[in-house]
Amino acid sequence: MVMPVMFSSHVFSEDSDYNMKVGVTEVSQSIFELHMLIFWICVGIGVIVFSIMFWSLFKYRKSKGAVAADFDDNLWLEIGWTVAATVVLIWMAVPATQVMVEAYDDAEGEINILITGHQWKWHYEYLEDEVGFFSNLATSQEQINGEVPKGEFYLREVDEPLVIPTNTRIRFLITGNDVIHSWWVPDFAVKQDAIPGFINTAWTNVPEPGIFRGACTELCGIKHAFMPVVVRAVEREEFDAYIAEKVTLAEAERLLTSKNWTKEELMERGESFYATNCSACHQAGGQGIPPVFPALDGSQIALSDSARHIQILMEGVQGSAMAAFGESYSEVDIASVITYTRQAWSNGKNGDGVIVTPKDIVDYKNRIDL
Amino acid sequence: MSTVVETHDHGHHGPAKGLSRWLFTTNHKDIGTLYLWFSFIMLFIGGSMAMVIRAELFQPGLQIVQPEFFNQMTTNHGLIMVFGVIMPAFVGLANWMLPMQIGAPDMALPRLNNLSFWLLPMAFGILISTLFMPEGGPNFGWTFYAPLSTTYAPSTVNFFIFSVHIMGVSSILGSINIITTIFNMRAPGMTLMKMPLFVWSWLITAYLLIAVMPVLAGVVTMMLMDINFGTSFFNAAGGGDPVLFQHVFWFFGHPEVYIMILPAFGIVSHIIETFSRKPIFGYSSMVYAMASIAILSFVVWAHHMFTVGMPLAGELFFMYSTMLIAIPTGVKVFNWVATMFRGSISFETPMLFSIAFVALFTIGGFSGIMLAIVPADFQYHDTYFVVAHFHYVLVPGALFGIIAGAYYWLPKWTGNMYDETLGKLHFWLTFISVNVTFFPMHFVGLAGMPRRYPDYALQFADFNALISVGAFVFGLTQLLFLFIVIKAIKSGKKAKPEVWEGAGDLGLEWTLSSPPPYHSFTVQPQLK
Ligand code: HEC
Ligand code: HEM
Ligand SMILES: [Cu+2]
Ligand SMILES: [Cu+2]
Repeated sequence: MVMPVMFSSHVFSEDSDYNMKVGVTEVSQSIFELHMLIFWICVGIGVIVFSIMFWSLFKYRKSKGAVAADFDDNLWLEIGWTVAATVVLIWMAVPATQVMVEAYDDAEGEINILITGHQWKWHYEYLEDEVGFFSNLATSQEQINGEVPKGEFYLREVDEPLVIPTNTRIRFLITGNDVIHSWWVPDFAVKQDAIPGFINTAWTNVPEPGIFRGACTELCGIKHAFMPVVVRAVEREEFDAYIAEKVTLAEAERLLTSKNWTKEELMERGESFYATNCSACHQAGGQGIPPVFPALDGSQIALSDSARHIQILMEGVQGSAMAAFGESYSEVDIASVITYTRQAWSNGKNGDGVIVTPKDIVDYKNRIDL
Repeated sequence: MSTVVETHDHGHHGPAKGLSRWLFTTNHKDIGTLYLWFSFIMLFIGGSMAMVIRAELFQPGLQIVQPEFFNQMTTNHGLIMVFGVIMPAFVGLANWMLPMQIGAPDMALPRLNNLSFWLLPMAFGILISTLFMPEGGPNFGWTFYAPLSTTYAPSTVNFFIFSVHIMGVSSILGSINIITTIFNMRAPGMTLMKMPLFVWSWLITAYLLIAVMPVLAGVVTMMLMDINFGTSFFNAAGGGDPVLFQHVFWFFGHPEVYIMILPAFGIVSHIIETFSRKPIFGYSSMVYAMASIAILSFVVWAHHMFTVGMPLAGELFFMYSTMLIAIPTGVKVFNWVATMFRGSISFETPMLFSIAFVALFTIGGFSGIMLAIVPADFQYHDTYFVVAHFHYVLVPGALFGIIAGAYYWLPKWTGNMYDETLGKLHFWLTFISVNVTFFPMHFVGLAGMPRRYPDYALQFADFNALISVGAFVFGLTQLLFLFIVIKAIKSGKKAKPEVWEGAGDLGLEWTLSSPPPYHSFTVQPQLK
């Protein structure tokens, strides 16, 4: 018993890799201090209780001739330790309440970011500037399968991190698109469930630039372990430039829709879109994981029913894991991935060869709007 | 407590022969034995699943199983351990010991008793069969949060729901039987406040079960409706509320965790008084503590949901009520220590397991208090820190209580002493491996590893390897336990009626022969 206690006091030091993250925000630091306070109170109680217990076990061994005393109750002792326990708990509850009030404050932020959990990636949207993007795991399947060595940030890296400015009050509005996820960044001490139909709030104010890594902490299906959170905090000027660029890019993206696309261009774009957004379920070779995830290679819809194909991508399939991608991605992306899945694998030679262009998607949307 | 009893030989009332003895038995000892073997078998099935989990987590990367199967393993491991191991083992112990401890010939409702048992193999047969279906078994965690368990579940979820219903019926029938037995069949002179603590612990547990199993049945029925009949209890798109699921589930779930520990409190209380040769300290405060734990357990459920976005007042309420529950829990620990204080202590295997229970359960209590502190829970929630907490209260807690009880009463049941040397070896291997397995989980959790992950970042690799080694040793060691039990059934030094020195004064069960007659007390004993 002494061993774990000694060992823990070593591991529980502030700079240890095996203790709670101290973090970078005021809230995360108060939470760390609270955690250590409660921890040491528990250690204190443990030392007292366990020493009395082990001393009794040692001292009153029958093998050393101990004779049992004749007592089995003591009202004052019972009252005494009940009161003592209550006092200790109040000692814990007071600072806990203070930190709680500090952490739980849903005043508006200077910058509001809508975070949406999807199976299995995060979507971030800057509400003031109306730009958003998906953030996917960047670690390759080869690393996961052990075919190539694992990198330093194995499972903790994404293709595009969330960028936030330092020294700014930021409010996160957190929701879920399909199942419940949970958005956690230990360095900010922010963990909030992303629940479909609800918008939860959390806030942070990061004093220094840096890259902060977190995770999804609510079981959300097969790839629950593969949707990390990465946040990059930058100085305010850099952030403003970043947003300006995002806005311009989004504008350019909108223009792309009216451009005339060749099959090759669509295929190229569709292939990479497919790899990041579809292969988790339908697999890289389009073979799927039947019966849970149907194969797209050889699927009747992909071979000969382009109207239904568009509809599935735009609306999803109610009551299944197939999400409505049309809500969150551009016309170009949707058109290119449809075209890709109609031309890739054996579908190209067996199918009807229909090419779906961004304009078809725009038409589809206009028809729905009527 | 001391009694005068005569036990005659009722040869014509002996058990039937062959398989029908077990299928049709209405005898509390036979049914107790069935429950205990069932739970033992499930321990190895659920344990093998844990071995699959630990083998996959031995190293970062996916080596042995794919995430889809991994999730089925974590889900079924949890369901089997909770509903198939801990609960049936306690019911088995209750069946064996309650009539003997209160001086009754059998349970009050023997046929119902047979039914409650035989429902269990059906329920678990159904649950386990889903693993072999094309879509695979339940994969949404033992807490089966909607909508992952409804809209997004494999269609085998319907079998899961059916199986949970059957388990619930079994538990409710079992509890009715236990309450009826305790209230109607006590020996003359055994007032409520003279009942053995194991009887008290089960009386309270049975009430908890009757109160919350219908809630569990309700929540799975709502799932069934959502999945098959187009309702939207938990479906946000239809105006439902996924958080409602969690409220209902944990209103069942938190009392459930106390259902899994109260009977163990009863067992270790008996063992500690026996081997300290001193009656339990503070009997009445032990009873009041269990009763207050049971009542409080209905108002703390949302401490499992601190991150769902409750209002501040809600978070604070559930933090305070949860901290309050630590008081009666602490009182119990103090009472056990005070019982050992100035006793005359010997260290037979049941006592070793009970001492370890007190020490390690207390560690689980400490992590419980840490988790109750809401702001800190924002960092702990859904990490391995929580996994460490509940394994400390459930493995060296509930399971050690059961193992200790098995060693304590095995000579009474079989008439043979178990092999004490092997028992001690079993204890030390178990004690060491349980700590090697679960203690490092605290650190891995604090360092930031979320639970229910089939793969993890490189910084967690060292501790995970260590944890897996501990887990394999723990798993293998339980085969030794199986061997010891079988050995004691087959042979061993003959046990006296009181088995343990001085136990004759501690309870009625020790006044019966070892093994006891088929119908425990045919003549009611008189308590002096
Ligand atoms: C979360 C897992 C998942 C992801 C990611 C996913 N799908 Fe699906 N998809 C499904 C499931 C499940 C179905 C079966 C739906 C049903 O009919 O019940 C499906 C069905 C389909 C179908 C109809 C196939 C048929 O023959 O019935 C198409 C086409 C399709 N998906 C395309 C895509 C494309 C393109 C992407 C990427 C943009 C994608 N899916 C991403 C799960 C997924
Ligand atoms: C001092 C007493 C206890 C306190 C204060 C306490 C507190 C808590 C808290 C706050 C949580 C939620 C943590 C989280 O998810 O973030 C939790 C989880 C849990 N506790 Fe306890 N607990 C106590 C005793 C027990 C006992 C006696 C048992 C069972 C024998 C138990 C079993 C569990 C289980 C199974 C979970 C996790 C459930 C899950 O999410 O899968 N606890 N406990
Ligand atoms: Cu997740
Ligand atoms: Cu609880």
